[in-house]
This record gives sequence, C-alpha cells and structure tokens, in this order.
Amino acid sequence: MIPIDRADTAFILICAALVMLMTPGLAIFYAGMVRTKNVLGTIMQSFVMIALISLEWVYLGYSMSFGTDVSGIIGDLSWLGLSGVGAAPSPVYGPTIPHLVFAMFQCMFAVITPALITGAFAERMRFGPFLVFSLAWAIIVYNPVCHWVWASGGWLRNLGVQDFAGGLVVHLSCGAAALAATLVVSPRKGYGNENFVPHNLPMTLLGTGLLWFGWFGFNGGSALAADDIAGSAFAATHLGGMAGMATWLAIEWIHRGKPTTLGAASGAVAGLATITPASGFVSPNAAVIIGVIAGLACYTAVAYKSRLGYDDSLDVVGIHGVSGICGTLLLGVFASRAINPSGANGLLAGNTSLILSQLVGVVAVGAYVFCASWVLLKIVDSLLGLRISDDTENQGLDLGEHSETAYGS
Amino acid sequence: MRKIEAIIKPFKLDEVKQALSAIGIQGMTISEVKGYGRQKGHKEIYRGAEYMVDLIPKIKIEIVVDQSMVDLVVQKIVESARTGKIGDGKIFVLPVEEVIRVRTGETGKDAI
Repeated sequence: MIPIDRADTAFILICAALVMLMTPGLAIFYAGMVRTKNVLGTIMQSFVMIALISLEWVYLGYSMSFGTDVSGIIGDLSWLGLSGVGAAPSPVYGPTIPHLVFAMFQCMFAVITPALITGAFAERMRFGPFLVFSLAWAIIVYNPVCHWVWASGGWLRNLGVQDFAGGLVVHLSCGAAALAATLVVSPRKGYGNENFVPHNLPMTLLGTGLLWFGWFGFNGGSALAADDIAGSAFAATHLGGMAGMATWLAIEWIHRGKPTTLGAASGAVAGLATITPASGFVSPNAAVIIGVIAGLACYTAVAYKSRLGYDDSLDVVGIHGVSGICGTLLLGVFASRAINPSGANGLLAGNTSLILSQLVGVVAVGAYVFCASWVLLKIVDSLLGLRISDDTENQGLDLGEHSETAYGS
Repeated sequence: MRKIEAIIKPFKLDEVKQALSAIGIQGMTISEVKGYGRQKGHKEIYRGAEYMVDLIPKIKIEIVVDQSMVDLVVQKIVESARTGKIGDGKIFVLPVEEVIRVRTGETGKDAI
C-alpha cells in the first residue's frame, strides 16, 4: 500500500473546502438575477443542498457512486454510512490520501450539481416538493451517472470516456435536468410580457468571483494529488474562464452595442464549465481555444432561448448544458498524453477513437438524465404539486415560502 | 386638469401600465410606497421570533390628465388593478392648478 502523502492530503482538503464555497457562491450568483421578492427563496434552494445532499451522500450516495461496481451500472451498498471509509487510502481513488478525504471532496460535487438545476425553475417552485425532487434526483440520477463516468468499473469509464472534473457528471447532467424542468414546470407568471430584470447584479458578479475561486479546487483537486496534473488543470481552468469571458463580452459588444457585467459573468461561467472535463488533459493553448468556443456556443444558445419560449429562467441549459456537451467533445479533440500520460490522445494528436467515446458519453448521460429527470418531476408534480400558488407567486418566495424578506422593512 | 393618484398592488403595475397606454396615456410617475388600510400585514419569522409587519409594500401611480379623460382612466385602473381580494388599493382624484413643461415653458393642457 502506498503511504499517505501529506502534501496531497492537505491539497485535497483545501480543494474540498474551495468546492464547498461554490454552493453559497452559486446561491448569490443566482439570487442577484431574480426579483427582490424571490432572493431568499433562490438562495435557499442552493444553500439547503449543503445539508440535504451531504446527508444523502454519507448515508447512501457515496456507496452508490463509488462502492464496489455492480455490472458497470451502480456501486454496491458496502460503504453505507461511510463504513470502512476512513484513514486508509482507497487503492483506486486517490491512493495517496485518506479514503475519507476523497469521499468528502466528492461530496461537494454531489452538493453543487442539484443546486445548479434550480436556476431553470427559479421563482416558482414550492420548497417541500423541491426538496423531494432534489433528493430523488441525487439518488436516481446523480449517483448512477457519477458511477458510470468516474467509478472503477463504471461502463462509460470502461468505454474510455474521459471527464476530468465533471463535464458529464456535473454540467451536462444539471443542464439535461434543467431542460426537463423547463418542459414540466410552466413559465413564470407574466413570462414574455413583463420584465424579469435582475435585481442586484453586483451580487451576481461577486457570486461569479466565488465560483471562479472555487473552480480551482473543483478542477485542480480532481487530479487528486498536488502534482503537475493539478497545476495543468489549474492553468487550464483560469485560461478557459478568461477566454469565455473575453469572448462573450466581445460578441456582445458587436451584437448589442455594449459589453455588460452580466455578460462578463455568463461568459466566465461558460468558459469555466466548458474547460471542466478537459482541464488536466489539455495544454494552456488548447484551454484558451476551448474557452473561446465556450463563449461563442453559450452566447448563441442563450440568444436563441427566447425564441423557443421555454422559461429556463437563469439559463442552466444554455450555459451548463451546452458547456457540458462542448467541453466533453472538445476534450476528444484537444486531449494530449504529453500533458497527462494517464489520459488519452485526442483528434489533433491523431486519435479518432476518443472523440467517438466522448460522443457516446454525451448521448448516454444526456438521454438518461433528461428522461429520468422528466419522469421524476412528473411524479413529484402529480403527488405533491411543484408549482407555488398564484398568491405566493405574486407575493414572492421569500415571504410565501420562508416568512422572511431579504431587504428589511 | 386632474391628478389621479392610485395605490395598487406591486405585481399589478405592468397590467395597469398596459391598460393605460392602450387608451393613450403617455406618461406616469410611480413610487414604491408602504402603507396599511383594511388589509392586515403579514408575519415574518427570524430565529423563531415572530414579527407582525403591518406596513405593506404598494405602488403609487401619479398621472395628470385633462378633465375629459378622468372617468376613463379611473375605470381602466380599477379594471386592471383589481384582484377582488382585500388590499387592491385606492384611487384619489385631485384638482390641479397648473402644469408647466420645463423644457418649453408650455402651460396647461399642452404641457400634459
């Protein structure tokens, strides 16, 4: 057995804390974009995941996701309640850090993924049924997909599908679930006639900063060691985010006449999300190109959304869904074993098979997550009712669902 | 000339604006106000402590129109702001002595 490496352990502990900070960061990123009466309700939908999903992760999720493989589909339940997950490193997952540290690092990913979906049905979901849906989604959607892609024995991983830090597991899965949610949950009252103007953009920009900061832990930590791969993932993360932001602003300036702060935030998140699966596998130059493509693709997707008439309120499909697909496929183009010898070569290095397996990953994860989320939402809707009442929608989530107001009286 | 002051529920503003622009009203001033009448306030809870908040957020619309428009404007506001529940608001009609457009110095009806 490899002895525990203290530098690796310290690094992953810090990275886990950084990823944890992304959930509150996401909460205020979203909250800045909603109306004054829905600020706390929106924050709460992300923030509560820290409790709900951490609990699920410890008592069920970690074992389902990373437990001993059963037919490539799911982990067995031998690590329920983290039994046997302690100081001794796992031979497969982070062999130089305590197994418990790996489990906690992964916990933060499980927490933020369902929180990302909430942007799709912002300002109109009942809190109780929303909790039921999120918990069920974590169990039925997140845990299996996480197992397929990341666990030893997972069927997509066995096919050669690569996903460094969550292009499929986090971004495509929240995007596909968001698409299902916009189809099941009807648009906000007045959508299409009234103005839904963000109530506090400085909040959204601060949230973007926290997300970016946390993303270094998200991607860098996915190396599971304080090594050259972590350094390469760190660099790619920053360059992807930077290029996404610059590209979005440039297109917006040309297309709309002025660059906007919400554009800067959206482009940054698009770039960061797109580079996520590829970070740790690609060169800094490739990361810049991926970030530029992210800015172009997500800007176009968001611009076309309004024509389709679906109320994906905070653009989860247009940003995270599109990023997850683009990043996963672009990894098949730009991956290089010169950067990461344990990875694979992409199209540019003369290997055509990686992009095909990446495509299989996108189709499998996209289709499963969309269908399973749609069914879950329909079930919860028919049993409990997802939609808030007319009165609560007029009054706002803050008072209606939580008996509080964000800005005093 | 008359000034119409309407206190309405905030989420009704868009509908009222649309109803008024449909009859040719070209401008209005609005403010976010708080107040109470027969509609009781609501309860807020902070760390278990309950507070009755009796001042409820409302929107005040101010429009100055010619005498001949008053009835129609009032009717349109009533129709578009009504939910039928308590707290739909009030409309006040006040006489206006004079109106002056700052840019041109025009007065009276021409300045509305």
